[in-house]
Amino acid sequence: MIIAIASGKGGTGKTTIATNLAITLAADVGKRITLADCDVEEPNASLFLKPEIVERETIYNLVPRVDAALCTSCGRCAEVCQYNALAVIKGKVLVFDQLCHGCGSCTLQCPEGAISEMPVPLGVVELGQGRGLHFVQGVMNVGVTMAPPIIRAVKQQAQTVGQNVVILDSPPGTSCPVVETLRDADYCLMVTEPTPFGLHDLKMAIQVARNELGLPVGVVLNRDGIGNSAVEDYCAAENIPILLKIPLDRRIARAYSDGETIYDALPEYRERFLALYQAISQAVTQ
Amino acid sequence: MKQWVILSGKGGTGKTSVTASLAHLASTNHKLVLADADVDAANLEFLLDPQLEEQNDFISGQLAAIQQDACIACGRCREVCRFEAVRNNSGAFTIDDTACEGCAACYYECPAEAIEMTPSHAGEWYRSSSRYGTLFHAHLYAAQENSGKLVSTVKQSAALWASRNGEKLLLVDGPPGIGCPVISACSGADLAILVVEPTVSGEHDLERVLQTTTHFGVPAMIIINKADINPERADAIEAFAQTRGIRVLGRLPFDTGVTQAALQGQPVTVWPDLPISRELTRIWGILESEL
Repeated sequence: MIIAIASGKGGTGKTTIATNLAITLAADVGKRITLADCDVEEPNASLFLKPEIVERETIYNLVPRVDAALCTSCGRCAEVCQYNALAVIKGKVLVFDQLCHGCGSCTLQCPEGAISEMPVPLGVVELGQGRGLHFVQGVMNVGVTMAPPIIRAVKQQAQTVGQNVVILDSPPGTSCPVVETLRDADYCLMVTEPTPFGLHDLKMAIQVARNELGLPVGVVLNRDGIGNSAVEDYCAAENIPILLKIPLDRRIARAYSDGETIYDALPEYRERFLALYQAISQAVTQ
Repeated sequence: MKQWVILSGKGGTGKTSVTASLAHLASTNHKLVLADADVDAANLEFLLDPQLEEQNDFISGQLAAIQQDACIACGRCREVCRFEAVRNNSGAFTIDDTACEGCAACYYECPAEAIEMTPSHAGEWYRSSSRYGTLFHAHLYAAQENSGKLVSTVKQSAALWASRNGEKLLLVDGPPGIGCPVISACSGADLAILVVEPTVSGEHDLERVLQTTTHFGVPAMIIINKADINPERADAIEAFAQTRGIRVLGRLPFDTGVTQAALQGQPVTVWPDLPISRELTRIWGILESEL
């Protein structure tokens, strides 16, 4: 079973829920768990899990390189590139690596066979273990624009380990990195807060998960009590179950700030994370 | 015209609340333009009560579509697609719009010319008037590509407007992360104001976003938000900033007044006597001297 933890808005507690759910399942249920951090721009789950990284793989984008001896400057490559990553200027082909999506179209269309593809590093995928569970994370290089290829690689790794449950910690937002994370998940758990920002971004994220990708969804309401009841009203109207409420609690904020899990700092929550898993598992098997 | 971008790396540290507060404080002495560059989760408008003046469609690129009557089911499209966007349901080939990156590799390779590229209407962008200045904002539809391109569109329109109208400051509310929309939000900025929280994640993400602003040659300053959640870590962030020669503008306390004000559609600075508002006012004083 693949459970994706998403939110739309950043900083609502995705990583907190993902790490605590994973640790609880591994420790108290004896499930074989993989936690995969798909927020490759700002991966934070490892700060709480503190895993030992045992393997590291570099992820590349394939960008075109033009053999000047074969190139006739016909301009076909620039014409077929949809991302303006190639331009022919004064009889020379210029390649802008940062704009290239690595689609390979220019290589296929060059009539002279003058284009070959060179791997350019985008980031790394790291594998490790910690607290009785498998851990995978992607780390995108600074200055790189494209997160999806790294996210694809993280998910591939997470699934090859062959565990009972894979938990995906999603990036914030509602565009391509989130879609890449949520695609093929069995369930999407949305973490939100009862504020106008939380509600607006939750609606956007539900659009992605439920309407575009057809996933079953449920909500964790974090910092309950800080705002108003609009999120609960929306969930009731949309028939979206609220599976867990976590109150606004300075002890949780303090533990989080020091990289401590709720599982360790506030053991009374363990039961509630177990119940959260039961509810998800029930929704998936239905 | 100065262009300042509010960033954080980590989400939910208070970028939008700080942006709206600074806009409020700035607007008493200056004319300014605002841009919401977090087009995935655009929230700045909730604190500004904007009145729509102009609306535009955003075309992000193209999407492939297979004409079923022309398709000979050879599978070449599926072979050349590197984004796993071509589905094969026992001989019926279709495109998964959420996976298609619009590269057109399949369009050029299809021997039956059965593939069409159609423009992808991926969102809208707007110009609105607001309490504190003209606001440029956008709405990227769910599950779309190319938010960096929409960020660029919003920012370029805002910058053009600011220079045409002789306005002094463009304040850009940035997206979280360090990827394509952040790079678009950073480009051309004179200053990045980094809103950081004193947590292990906040510190980690600060380093990554600082590497990004440094990479693109944008000088940075720091505001520590929710500083009293962990004062020792706030001290550590100040010490770290000092080693990098980066100015820490101030420390904001955690205050539920920020949320209470947001529920009323206002930045917290409309209540000037709160400790957080006094600190924001002091910070604005420092920033104003940079104008």
